[in-house]
Amino acid sequence: MSSVLTIAGYGLREALRRKVFAVVLLLTVGFLVLFWLANHFLFQNIANISPPVGSGIDARAFAGATIFGLSMFGTLFLGVVLAIFLTLGVVRGDAERGLLQPLIVRPVGRVTLLVARWLGAVAVCAPYVGAVYVATMLITGLTGHWWPDHVVVPGVELAAAVAVVAALSLLGSVFLTSTANGIAVFMIFGAGLVAGLLGTVGHELSSHQLERAAKIAAWLLPFEALYQDGLRQLTSDTTGLTGFLLELGPFGGAYTGGNSVRLWAAAYLLLVIAVAAFGFTRRDL
Amino acid sequence: MAAALAVRGLAKRYGSVEALAGVDLEVREGELVGLLGPNGAGKSTLVKIACGLVRASRGSAEICGLAAGSREARRSVGYLAELFRFPGWYSADEVLQLHQQLTASTGGANERHELLRLVGLADARGRRVEEMSKGMQQRLGVAQALIGSPPLLLLDEPTSALDPVGRRTVRELLEELRSRGISILLNSHLLSEIELVCDRVAILLRGRLVAEGSPAELARSRGVEIETDDGTRLFEGASREETPRLVGELVAAGRKVYGVRVLTSTLEETYLEAVGGETS
Repeated sequence: MSSVLTIAGYGLREALRRKVFAVVLLLTVGFLVLFWLANHFLFQNIANISPPVGSGIDARAFAGATIFGLSMFGTLFLGVVLAIFLTLGVVRGDAERGLLQPLIVRPVGRVTLLVARWLGAVAVCAPYVGAVYVATMLITGLTGHWWPDHVVVPGVELAAAVAVVAALSLLGSVFLTSTANGIAVFMIFGAGLVAGLLGTVGHELSSHQLERAAKIAAWLLPFEALYQDGLRQLTSDTTGLTGFLLELGPFGGAYTGGNSVRLWAAAYLLLVIAVAAFGFTRRDL
Repeated sequence: MAAALAVRGLAKRYGSVEALAGVDLEVREGELVGLLGPNGAGKSTLVKIACGLVRASRGSAEICGLAAGSREARRSVGYLAELFRFPGWYSADEVLQLHQQLTASTGGANERHELLRLVGLADARGRRVEEMSKGMQQRLGVAQALIGSPPLLLLDEPTSALDPVGRRTVRELLEELRSRGISILLNSHLLSEIELVCDRVAILLRGRLVAEGSPAELARSRGVEIETDDGTRLFEGASREETPRLVGELVAAGRKVYGVRVLTSTLEETYLEAVGGETS
């Protein structure tokens, strides 16, 4: 256990020392300022959103859920950037730079080292995602007086999605060079998001094929499913036409969700780490 | 008592490249063995298998009787890689502290201080790695390998980045460690260094052991040169022990002997002969 803590601390310290963390923090401040401005002007002009009389559409809920859904995407993206840059070179990259060998020859198992590096990355990324999520929620809530139907679960799911991406990046680092791994994981992340959007389009157009493809993609890449489920949770208690319209939007939420996705995401995470560990134990350094 | 390092029939293949083709080698307790060979001879691969970085394709490697690469075996090994780096933001003291934690060493600050003193870095204790010269980092690497007082040290080119003074520091350090009973496998290109400090030398070529013995054994006699009134005569292959007989025969034959020189080949000559001038 002490080895895990030592290696996790090593990774944590590396993360905090790297310039990428400072860059992400700077980008985050910029993102939050822009997000506040967007909220400010959106809710200042909320009266301009005039749904048909008698439609029962809650303009404030519609605007709040949409812009907060947008912030969920931004938060996920920033968290994923951080996770990928902290893990993309953990095995092959560090071995090529000569950083890994002195650690590997110590009486610490390779599996321990890998799990500890993942924990170290998650220990940075999860609080970061949580902090940005809370900050954006406060901005929308205090500016527009709209709060999500569920506050905790979407944040936890966002952090879990980032943890899954960190594990995928760690897996890639066993087999690929840092650059190739970074590109590969970003492409996988992009593919997941596109699949999620396709699912929304498919739902809107009642295309079962598209919905089915999106569902398969969500199961193959459960970070996307967790994100979609988080979006769904934001307005899961919103009913009527407002809820219906929100479902149609790009930040409206998933058609694959619930406990099955969460359980699968946990199993998937373990599977990815197990495959990474297997590959790492067989790798010559 | 099991050897500090025992390698038997060790082979390693990287795809179509045969890095090691069945090597037998032993490093006994308190022995300092030098590993020589041209680039690509398999020296680093052998060392990496011994410390668990690379898996052998065939054969076995044992550290103090334990399978090389196992967690128990790694407790008994200190390793300095040929290409290594420590995180730049760590101080020398913090690097050693990290490795103390990983080896569960209970030496504390005293051990760190003593090791830094041993490698001549006592004044650089708080200096960050990124502020150190390559030579200082190399010496810090040696100190790191010594954390936890392992009975076997595997040093892959430990003096490659050192200036002559730094090399002498490491050489003296190696001699001191040997006097403490620590076994050392030293992989180096510097023949003079190997010749000066090693008890035994092993020469690898294309993954095979082509010569092994003490530096004195390897630096064998090339003949005896005798200067007489009839000119200088070379008795090729003659040994030092044969010199009195050769001189006696010449004198008996009426020659006047003015000088005698026993010719021995240096380790460098032996090495070049063994590897056939191969460089990579």
